[in-house]
Amino acid sequence: MGERIATRDAYGDALLELGKKRKEVVVLDADLSGSTKTAKFAKVFPERFYNIGISEQDLIGTASGLSLTGKLPFASTFAVFETGRAWEQIRQTISYSSLNVKLVATHSGITVAEDGASHQAIEDIALMRVLPNMTVIVPADGIETKQVIEAIADFYGPVYVRLGRSKVPVVMPDDYKFTIGKAYKFHIGKDANIIAAGIMVSVSLDAMEMLKKEGIDAGVINMPTVKPLDNDAVVEAAKASGLIVTAEEHSVIGGLGGAVCEFLAENYPVPIKRIGIKDTFGCSGPSDELMKLYELTADDIVRTVKQGLKR
Amino acid sequence: MSQVSASNDIAFLREQAKTVRIEILKMLAEAGSGHTGGSLSAADVATVLYFSKMRHNPKDPAWKERDRFILSKGHAAPLLYTVLALSGYFDRSLLNTLRKIGSPLQGHPCSKLLPGVEISTGSLGQGLSIANGIAMGLKMDGINSRVYCILGDGETQEGQVWEAAMTAAHYRLDNVCAIIDNNGLQIDGHCCDVMALEPIAEKWDAFGWHVIDIDGHDIKAILGAFDEAEGIKGKPTMIVARTVKGKGVSFFEGKVQYHGMAPTSEELERALKELE
Repeated sequence: MGERIATRDAYGDALLELGKKRKEVVVLDADLSGSTKTAKFAKVFPERFYNIGISEQDLIGTASGLSLTGKLPFASTFAVFETGRAWEQIRQTISYSSLNVKLVATHSGITVAEDGASHQAIEDIALMRVLPNMTVIVPADGIETKQVIEAIADFYGPVYVRLGRSKVPVVMPDDYKFTIGKAYKFHIGKDANIIAAGIMVSVSLDAMEMLKKEGIDAGVINMPTVKPLDNDAVVEAAKASGLIVTAEEHSVIGGLGGAVCEFLAENYPVPIKRIGIKDTFGCSGPSDELMKLYELTADDIVRTVKQGLKR
Repeated sequence: MSQVSASNDIAFLREQAKTVRIEILKMLAEAGSGHTGGSLSAADVATVLYFSKMRHNPKDPAWKERDRFILSKGHAAPLLYTVLALSGYFDRSLLNTLRKIGSPLQGHPCSKLLPGVEISTGSLGQGLSIANGIAMGLKMDGINSRVYCILGDGETQEGQVWEAAMTAAHYRLDNVCAIIDNNGLQIDGHCCDVMALEPIAEKWDAFGWHVIDIDGHDIKAILGAFDEAEGIKGKPTMIVARTVKGKGVSFFEGKVQYHGMAPTSEELERALKELE
């Protein structure tokens, strides 16, 4: 677990590679191409890149129009603006008409850090998950991000991909192959299973090792596709352990935790604990300190698992 | 060229616009709800587009080289459905199903359900951005088709319209021709009382558009404006069509209450007498 790559950097590289392979790929950004890393694509393919300026609603509408002529648009900006500012445009056009537009947002979650709550999207998964026809993907690391970008290009329909600003440990194996709707099981535990997405996958793996030392067999399942959820993997984890803990850098309402709770409550009820932002806004600070402040560390997961097991 | 019944014959187009108005009123009366005023005000512009100006093929709605039409003011759906039916995209009898369960003629246009509808609309302020995206895609592919987009005047109170206005000018989308159906009324009253719009033409000019100001019920002027727009290079065109809400039926004209109200059967009878 030595290497650390920001998922947005992996996106910039993957998008450039995709652009080389597929001429129909067009990229749109709203004045943040340096930060979202779409600038890499723009530099090599300026004729296929549109900077729409600071106007997210127009960004979404323009991307929709391009898709209607058979292009494969990737529209990027920060998660809070893409899913918040332009939510209704996404709903009315992309989701309602099921357009082949890829919404790839960066700077999600509190690890945006110093910029503070205005820029920290903690509700974007919920906002996208509620839309019909929408697929929602939260890659765990750079390897998975690259795979996700290739996979969604081959998939016809609207997709939201949630990426981050900060460097995160590489956790997925080199030969990993991402499939939309499929979870990756690092380990299925007998005492508890942690279902995680995004940067919380690596944190969960740390917690798993810590729990092991204390004699607790906790598993970790990476759930990159929050919608459609890998129901089989969720049931398998619930059956194996009887305690499920979800972990995400997002509000505990409406995200991965919400999705898992909704599914298990109706299909295989077991005790569940949700780790995430507890219905509050973030604040400014270094990202590692924020992770502690909002109780998103491996220690927090260990404590939560023990509480769930009443140990 | 796969045109339905292309014509520059002004008498024919006037007659066709009358037929369009009659069909709009009939379908609205049958539905019992829907937007009368704004469907009638834009009827002449849409008639000229569908029966004269636009290259399109009802037998092949996905024809790559067709001109595109986006009804940004999606509440004028009855107008769009009528010109599509009269063009031959679907059977005219379908017009009687407007707003009913299972009908592809939704209260506002749905592109997944009805051939000929380029994209679903209904939430105001969004169509011009979509038109721009289509125009960019066509240019990339070297297709000379044009993209027409009708906006309501009240609709331009939406901020996104001005984002799109900047984008079209910035990317020099001369294949975009937008039309503002300037009937001066919106649901809550006169636009000038709700949220003043004027000077409309000067605003679009300042945003870098070629602006043509016309009487939106003068068929000859409408034809002339579309011809002029086609010759403009390097910038998009905005046709400010000065219209009358409810045009064609004396007791609907200029009446704000008929923005979102369908004719009763008695009103329909009187209206048809006036038109026929």
